[in-house]
Amino acid sequence: MNTVADPLLAHVLRHGDRALVLSQRLGQWITHAPELEEDMALANISLDLLGQARHLYTYAGELEGQGHDEDHFAYWRTSTEFLNPLLVEQPNGDFAHTMIRQVLHDHAALLYWQSMTTSRDQTLAALAVRARNETEFHLRHCRGWVVRLGDGTDESHRRAQAGLDALWPYAEELITAPADDAALRSDGLIGDDIADAWRADVAATMAEATLTLPVGVTAQSGGWTGHHSEHLEGLLQELQEVASAFPGAKW
Amino acid sequence: MTIHAQQRFDSLIEADERIEPDDWMPEEYRQTLVRQIAQHAHSEIIGMQPEGAWISRAPSLHRKAILIAKVQDEAGHGLYLYGAAESLGTTRAELLDRLHTRRQKYSSIFNYPTPTWADVGAIGWLVDGAAIANQVPLCRCSFGPYGRAMVRICKEESFHQRQGFQILLRLTEGTAEQKQMAQEALNRWWWPSVMMFGPPDSESVHNARNMAWGIKRFTNDELRQGFVDMTVPQAELLGLTIPDPELRWNDERGHYDFGEPDWEEFARMVRGEGDLPEQRLRVRREAHENGAWVREAAAAYAARQRQAA
Repeated sequence: MNTVADPLLAHVLRHGDRALVLSQRLGQWITHAPELEEDMALANISLDLLGQARHLYTYAGELEGQGHDEDHFAYWRTSTEFLNPLLVEQPNGDFAHTMIRQVLHDHAALLYWQSMTTSRDQTLAALAVRARNETEFHLRHCRGWVVRLGDGTDESHRRAQAGLDALWPYAEELITAPADDAALRSDGLIGDDIADAWRADVAATMAEATLTLPVGVTAQSGGWTGHHSEHLEGLLQELQEVASAFPGAKW
Repeated sequence: MTIHAQQRFDSLIEADERIEPDDWMPEEYRQTLVRQIAQHAHSEIIGMQPEGAWISRAPSLHRKAILIAKVQDEAGHGLYLYGAAESLGTTRAELLDRLHTRRQKYSSIFNYPTPTWADVGAIGWLVDGAAIANQVPLCRCSFGPYGRAMVRICKEESFHQRQGFQILLRLTEGTAEQKQMAQEALNRWWWPSVMMFGPPDSESVHNARNMAWGIKRFTNDELRQGFVDMTVPQAELLGLTIPDPELRWNDERGHYDFGEPDWEEFARMVRGEGDLPEQRLRVRREAHENGAWVREAAAAYAARQRQAA
């Protein structure tokens, strides 16, 4: 569970972890994608997210003031110390599943980074401009796929709908701010609430994709405070495998 | 007509100018290029596998980022090369089918295992180093689209080679365990890299014709010598030992002398014996087959959009 006392540090780690865990998931697609172009695109999105995570972790190290670098936060924390939302740790599933996960995420990420461009925190505001521009591309790419799959063949529609049904319980958490964000918001360190805008954007995308938003689903949450699904543990074991075998080594 | 076209082709080759896709060319020239470019493209995309497998485990975020970018470049190289081959009239789908059904090969270098992080370094340093030695002359290949694709590919390959060298440099500066990991990776990859230039000139069947056509600019043995000469000082810089007792500088020749690779092993690797070639092709085929419904959906959607327009 979350033991980070400083709300700004917790916030920065949440979004660093969100970006790193999703980057790791997308990296698993490389050499398995349906087209060579898609190997490239998924690698590219993975790389952008990794870049965002690295900036956020470096800043977290500054905020924390204990001399930790970016690798400390990625390689030397346990799964209960990770504060990413549950959606991004969910397994890749098939291509439709991955694209649905990505579009739900990217709609939230775009609104989030847009809102952060006016943060009073200069570091975050500067990163937000770059991350917003990157996320615009990611969203365009993945939204295009969700529409093509939803409105493609019977099989692709069925798979896209199955992905949406499976992942929808994890979607709301993306836009449900943890309690300690409230103080940051009133201090102008983080931007406006994005929940309503996200719901409208997602509804529009799914309508164009001829997909049906599930109703009456019990939302899952806990990721932002370190309560994870079983999937995160395996993901981190792989990510940390080499580094943890050589404590103190430089790479 | 054909005589005239043949004369024009010959004079372009003679003048060391470029043949373009719309130019007449001998059928054998075309087929040789399709085979060579396709094999090169297949090698790029199969080569993504051994390194791609380490993306998830890269031991620092910096290394992870560089490795993702490198593997992404390789997918890009595959795309340019399939594009160059398509300009000769064979589609990417057909070429992939030939790869998947073992009618075309990829470089057998990717049939060696990569058991440690140091192998990622060794692939970059040695395999990409050998690839550069092979490919720089291809920038002047007589077939225009291939030569131009190679210009860009070579630039990126030199970045890849540096990243491999950097991985090993950090390991050799590190703990005794890390240094040993680097030496063991060099032991594994040295001879396979030396063999990447193909059989000795005395046994290479296409050397002379491909040189006359301006597809090949140096013989296998010349390229191999250049690679060894370039790499030995780099190994010294790393403080690693090249696993060849016969390796020594020859003042008279102005080159390093080196031992004879195990050509029997080379032949076995080219034949694709062992589990790893099967695994490489299985990953490729599964990606392709699992993606069929995605490609169909994209085509169906595009067709409907065109109808509506």
